[in-house]
Amino acid sequence: MASIYNLFVINKSGGLIFYKDYGSTGRLDTNDSLRLASLWHSMHAISIQLSPTPGCTGMEVLEADTFDLHCFQSLTGTKLFVASEPGAPGITALLKTIYELYADYVLKNPFYEVEMPIRCELFEYNLLQAIRREKYSVGGR
Amino acid sequence: MLQAPGGAVGSSTRMRCMYMFNRQGVCLHYHVWLRPVSVLSRQEDQKLMFGLLFSLKLFTAKMDPVGGSKGQLGAAQLQGQGCSFHSFQTNTYKLSFMETPTGLKIVLVTDSKMSDLREALKYIYSNIYVEYVVKNPLYTPDTPFKCELFNQNLDNYVKTLS
Repeated sequence: MASIYNLFVINKSGGLIFYKDYGSTGRLDTNDSLRLASLWHSMHAISIQLSPTPGCTGMEVLEADTFDLHCFQSLTGTKLFVASEPGAPGITALLKTIYELYADYVLKNPFYEVEMPIRCELFEYNLLQAIRREKYSVGGR
Repeated sequence: MLQAPGGAVGSSTRMRCMYMFNRQGVCLHYHVWLRPVSVLSRQEDQKLMFGLLFSLKLFTAKMDPVGGSKGQLGAAQLQGQGCSFHSFQTNTYKLSFMETPTGLKIVLVTDSKMSDLREALKYIYSNIYVEYVVKNPLYTPDTPFKCELFNQNLDNYVKTLS
């Protein structure tokens, strides 16, 4: 059973609007997660500039020594990214599912202001359900 | 640098370009196989590439979900310390990265469907760079180089990659 370590959602200007830790050791504090999110946003933009061929839309998978990072960018520029165990399968599909949940439980919430941090119980609940349904293990939090 | 005549077909069409940086960020070697688009001038492009690698390393070192305490984001690290990365993919290209203990960085940009190139990078380092550049008596270490034999052997080797 592959593990998921954490999930970030960033808005189109690189601000962190949602962060959830699913059991990594040495957890990130709020400031660090904000910094990492905006760092990812800028590196994503730079990777487009460095493309040798036209039509690049930015980094999709980053393979690090101890984790894999999969990133999904929506048409409106919202980016979702997940750190998982190296070689974990089906993360791209999971990201699409998470995006659907975001559309259903966040964007359709009449009290939610777009581009603002997500505080939405139903979203978090369904997120956890979806991750469990896809048979990924999460830490005991 | 143009492709060797007759080398246009085969797997070498999957290669895009290669960068080599020393630990100060000076580009020691830049090799192009196929690059229809470059937004920036060559020098700016190399600087941006080094900057991206530098930030990615800081990012992965801080992000590392299994490593325990890691210090602040951007904290200075010794060579080989902390979680690094070996590749990333976009829809148009794949970038493979290797860093040696001396801080030499080798970056290979290929098409996006390329398989794992970690072994290939090691091969390029130890069997091509060390053999034809480092062992060249006229080469001053840590400076940019132009070496015919290196280019030839690199071209021949990348044709075998898939």
